[in-house]
Amino acid sequence: MESKLITAKSEPLWNTNNRVISIVCALVVLLFVLPLFGLNSFYLHLFIMIFMHAAMAQSWNVIAGFSGQISLGHGAFFGIGAYATSFFYMQYGITPWVSIFFGMFISAVFAVLIGIPMLRLSGHYFAIATLLIGISFQVVFQRWDLVGAASGLWVTMTPEDSWTALQFHSSKVPYYYVFLIFFLITFFVVWLLSRSKLGYRLRAVRDDPQAALSLCINVSNYKIIAYVISAMIMAPMGSLFAQYILIIDPDRVFNIEISIIVLLITVLGGIGNVWGPIIGASILIPISEYSRIYLGGTGGAVDLIFYGLILMIICIFRPNGLISFIPKKILERKKQR
Amino acid sequence: MTSEIILQAVVTGLMMGLIYALIAAGLSLIFGLMEIVNFAHGEHLMLSMFSSFWLWSLFGLDPLFSIPITILLLAFCGILTHYFLIRYILKAKMLIQICATFGLSIFIRSIAQLLWTPDFRNVDKPLLEGRIEVGSVFIGQPQLYASLVCLLAFIGLYLFVTKTETGLALQATAQDRHAAEVLGIPSNKMFAIGWAIGLGCVGVAGGMMANYFFIFTDVGINFALFAFVAVALGGFGSIIGCLYAGIIIGLVESLGGLLIDPSFKLLYVFVIYLLVVIYKPQGLFGRY
Amino acid sequence: MKILSVENLSRSFGGIKANDNISFEVEQGSILGIIGPNGAGKSTLFDLITGYTKADNGKVKFFEKNIFGLRPDKISNLGVGRTFQKLKPFADQTLLENVMIGAFVKEQNIKKARDKALEIIDFVDLIEKRHHFAKELSTGQRKRLEMARAMAIEPKLLLMDEVTGGVDQKTIPGLVDLIKKLKKTGVTIITIEHNINIIMEISDNVLALDQGKSIAFGPPREIQKNKQVIDSYLGTFDAA
Repeated sequence: MESKLITAKSEPLWNTNNRVISIVCALVVLLFVLPLFGLNSFYLHLFIMIFMHAAMAQSWNVIAGFSGQISLGHGAFFGIGAYATSFFYMQYGITPWVSIFFGMFISAVFAVLIGIPMLRLSGHYFAIATLLIGISFQVVFQRWDLVGAASGLWVTMTPEDSWTALQFHSSKVPYYYVFLIFFLITFFVVWLLSRSKLGYRLRAVRDDPQAALSLCINVSNYKIIAYVISAMIMAPMGSLFAQYILIIDPDRVFNIEISIIVLLITVLGGIGNVWGPIIGASILIPISEYSRIYLGGTGGAVDLIFYGLILMIICIFRPNGLISFIPKKILERKKQR
Repeated sequence: MTSEIILQAVVTGLMMGLIYALIAAGLSLIFGLMEIVNFAHGEHLMLSMFSSFWLWSLFGLDPLFSIPITILLLAFCGILTHYFLIRYILKAKMLIQICATFGLSIFIRSIAQLLWTPDFRNVDKPLLEGRIEVGSVFIGQPQLYASLVCLLAFIGLYLFVTKTETGLALQATAQDRHAAEVLGIPSNKMFAIGWAIGLGCVGVAGGMMANYFFIFTDVGINFALFAFVAVALGGFGSIIGCLYAGIIIGLVESLGGLLIDPSFKLLYVFVIYLLVVIYKPQGLFGRY
Repeated sequence: MKILSVENLSRSFGGIKANDNISFEVEQGSILGIIGPNGAGKSTLFDLITGYTKADNGKVKFFEKNIFGLRPDKISNLGVGRTFQKLKPFADQTLLENVMIGAFVKEQNIKKARDKALEIIDFVDLIEKRHHFAKELSTGQRKRLEMARAMAIEPKLLLMDEVTGGVDQKTIPGLVDLIKKLKKTGVTIITIEHNINIIMEISDNVLALDQGKSIAFGPPREIQKNKQVIDSYLGTFDAA
């Protein structure tokens, strides 16, 4: 008996698969050198969108996958981030590098304000409330004159590329690196979170809130913490997106489609798993960008048809997402038996 | 602000409220049966309005006469929804259930956009037109009849669920599907019936609204939101609760729009929703 | 020393008195067994003590500290652990992870929490199953999981709801031994139990409930002779 305990204690905390680590490292290096091969602007755009959506979906993964609360209005935090940088830059000339943090802070404040009353609600009540939240933000911004109401904000363009203003007109390469680095940071933060005490406790709240209570876990506080973290991951993506397209309006950054796509990417890839959003985004974003090219003007609706269909098919046949196709041995959560 | 204007708003709110109530009742019936919220409810409503529109536009059938067809189409649509989607996710986690019906809503709405474009349409010169004046209050005829028909349908639904054998079987399945199966009530069939009736209600509401409402692919979103709110206010699964909740929402919407600012209607309803679900999470009214 | 004292605890649900003026005390280091027919209010009593259900009135003192009306997470934080009649493991996580979540209460460091969890898993004899997902375990193993998880918060008082309920006969002796082994560690135990023989074997005191009322309280031998208990519970038990 004793020896089995000793063996168990000598096991590493995490079963790390060297092959997976080397593949991931190689991919990261590849992503960093990729632009050097002279990618054309379409491919740069494609990668930027993948990075952005993977990070956005990762944000949703924190609230839905880790703590089990389904937010159907997560686009709200994306919009807040987008408006924060654009507004402070245009009104006060504050560099986006600073106002990204304003966006995160404002999102966090809203997450607390929304979270305190709403996360006491469970399940469907919360989902419906977030759906209303998402649309409410859009409605308010459409009529808020200070931020340009329905026509939105046209960010003042710098005459030439500028790192302080985070605007690049001659090439997409700098944007590529900015998005790549933010995506990696996001991924790393969530990866750390998933292995931390907080991560364990959030999964406890997700799996059984009643049992979590019996283990000294203040369920509502933990849900709020997850919501705040999630909002703070989402907001910078909105900020960067605003810097990327330099024109934002409520229909673009508070669109319900944003809330849909983060959900779809996560569910497609594998909910509750740090790799899920990355897999989901790498598959879905190319489909969507290509369909936009080949199907032209009506593309918007056509890729939504696919989204809806994929979502239903995944829910029926692969509720754990595409990641469940990968043999369990390779995934780190499964330790040797 | 005169009392006439307020009275006008109350009447308008009341009429809208009855329509919300019927739409919500369909949602609530489905939820009560299998604890699944149909996030595609608004899209089903949109389909029913388009069904009415096309029957008028292609065959010259007035929305008033096409209602039975619309109801049947929607009921059939409900059975299809159950057969192709819902029955696979009955045992899934709530998250997956929400995502699945949410996926259905995206799917229906975007297909509709592809087929019919996002244009606004309306039925020209329906039989029900014009308005009547009662005292100082103007009442649109189509609105009036729509709300009355919805009220009748609501009463019919309530009597069906509480008085008929099938209705009681539905209730039994809602309370405990395993116990009901032991008593010889096949739950799968009950679920299909529930979906047929639930969407049949939507068919009534959509068919009547086609008389006077603009018909476009996003029309269902707001109605669905109000229906979700109504179901939560009425207590998930309660049918009679939907009636009160629907009327409350209709009144909040029209009075809020009149007294504060009509562009924020959604927010008033949202505030009511939050207040109720936080302070009375079991809903304002009990189950059944 | 009294670890827990309950005074006049009551709770009714829509006119039905689930718990009606229940009072009892538990000595530190002892085992209190709670018996009673189905619907007697045993699990409700657990829910009232641990804060899962709000009591209408009454007093609950844990080490002289009033815990009446506190939230469940506060009460567990004071050192009251519990298991559930309807098992609530964290299904999508491994046994080890389940127990680690409990261990985090006293242990901040992940490695130390893991080692502590392993020791407890070893204590409940499931060390070989440590990497199995909770949903893959048998009922008896999940009962052990819940006990291990509750033990991981280092409770002074452990409330166990029907440890031997719903498992097959072969599994029962092991679970009973585990309870005895647990008592030796010094933890005070309150256990709800349907099997009268087990209750008589392990308990220092027995509380008998019937229709929400406390009908007898005392050492097992006295309870066995108590007429009311025989009428309402033991009688039906024998007949069955």
